[in-house]
Amino acid sequence: MSTTASRRQDAPSAGDLAPASLRSRHLLGIAGLDAGEITLILDTAEAMKEIGTRSVKKVPTLRGRTVVNLFFEPSTRTRTSFEIAEKRLSADTLSIATATSSVTKGESLLDTVRTLEAMAPDMIVMRHASSGAPHLLARMCRSAIVNAGDGMHEHPTQALLDAFTIRAHKGRLAGLKVAIVGDLMHSRVFRSNLILLRTMGADVWTCGPATLLPPGLAQFGGRLTTSIDEAVEGADVVMMLRIQQERMHGHFFPSVREYFSLFGLTPERLRRAAGDVIVMHPGPMNRGVEIDSAVADGPGSVILEQVSNGVAVRMAVLYLLAGREGQGGEA
Amino acid sequence: MTDAHASTGVSMPQVMDADRMSRALTRIAHEILERNRGLDDVALVGIRTRGVPLARRLARALREINGDDVPTGALDITLYRDDLMRQPVGPQPVVRRTEIPFSIDDRRILLVDDVLYTGRTIRAALDALIDFGRPRAIQLVVLVDRGHRELPIRADYVGKNLPTAPQQSVQVRLQEIDGADDVVIEGEP
Repeated sequence: MSTTASRRQDAPSAGDLAPASLRSRHLLGIAGLDAGEITLILDTAEAMKEIGTRSVKKVPTLRGRTVVNLFFEPSTRTRTSFEIAEKRLSADTLSIATATSSVTKGESLLDTVRTLEAMAPDMIVMRHASSGAPHLLARMCRSAIVNAGDGMHEHPTQALLDAFTIRAHKGRLAGLKVAIVGDLMHSRVFRSNLILLRTMGADVWTCGPATLLPPGLAQFGGRLTTSIDEAVEGADVVMMLRIQQERMHGHFFPSVREYFSLFGLTPERLRRAAGDVIVMHPGPMNRGVEIDSAVADGPGSVILEQVSNGVAVRMAVLYLLAGREGQGGEA
Repeated sequence: MTDAHASTGVSMPQVMDADRMSRALTRIAHEILERNRGLDDVALVGIRTRGVPLARRLARALREINGDDVPTGALDITLYRDDLMRQPVGPQPVVRRTEIPFSIDDRRILLVDDVLYTGRTIRAALDALIDFGRPRAIQLVVLVDRGHRELPIRADYVGKNLPTAPQQSVQVRLQEIDGADDVVIEGEP
């Protein structure tokens, strides 16, 4: 322990600050975060979670800060979760859904964001159908950018809340067998989770139909199988991915029924997993497509817990990024 | 950590040793009993980091004197600080858990910290506490009052009044965190 840590005085001063912080002022993806930064976010989220148990669920930390939630894709849970997180930290928030904005009049992404920037928000939380859209903004804007899901690329806060949920149940991430099953190709949740879990030392098994494997999967590491039974065998965590019909411009499997019979998580299949297995799903669920209702509502399911943990994790991210304001560049 | 003492080599007068610290806390426990006439509705809340072990020690001292168990909590004031977003650039202070496992409504809350200086930490702690409910009263316990207040705040129970210069720093070390009990002043007067 350093002397700075023991120098806590009545007067808060610069020397009082703990050394831990994020290196970037944006959260664009899990790629680029190291194990220490991930742990810092998860530890901060532990403290944030307690705020949600109080009768007054609000702290004054981001008072006077403006956060814009800019959602170019439909979202209920992520947008609501960010909004609640922002409000609990006392930020002023506004949410723009593209259906009701000038985007429908043909404005480009950059023009929309420049217009918003002219009103000087401190942070922009963005979801966009194009991979890399938040990275473009991070280069063009003064505001801090939080990626709330970009195309088929990353969804960092989802992976962080998943890790938080796993840690709450298992006490650790390193050494756990985690099976991720489903539509690997279209899933940004999968990419972010794979990178995070590998960074933290988990044993990740990925499983999906051969038609839904993304190119270049091998570079991320982890084990790949097309047998769900093999993936689930002895697993501590089973994470099911949604079949994303809206992103499927083509035929990747013959029928939903066939998909369910080969890759759906049923109570019988789950019996192969560890006795204390937890079952996760980022939502929204397609019951009877990737997951059986009996499993989704079963004893090992932590799906609703994931949703409530989302608020605490997003509070942690907003808090940690707020301290990085005023730094230039993407660094 | 404990060798910070020896390694710096500059003048670091010890102003309190383990024995005097223990006696100060026992005296404060007696003062708490005298002033509150019983402990029925009293609870202790320590401010992180070093207020927390001090609050636990006071709870132990009160139990030894009176036999009553006083509920004890821990308060993290980071999210209530008035200088949080004023740092030009730099790491955010680490947020830790607040743990107050009892209702503070209509209780007398004894807020405990190690050093009272500008009063800004206490201001933040009062705001944080009031978000948990409406205590009947809040009283302030500090091990050391070193002066230089910037806000209209004073302590109700003081272990030691310590005149200091603003450029000095007062270090409280506790067994639970630092491996030894003492108070030292760093820097030239």
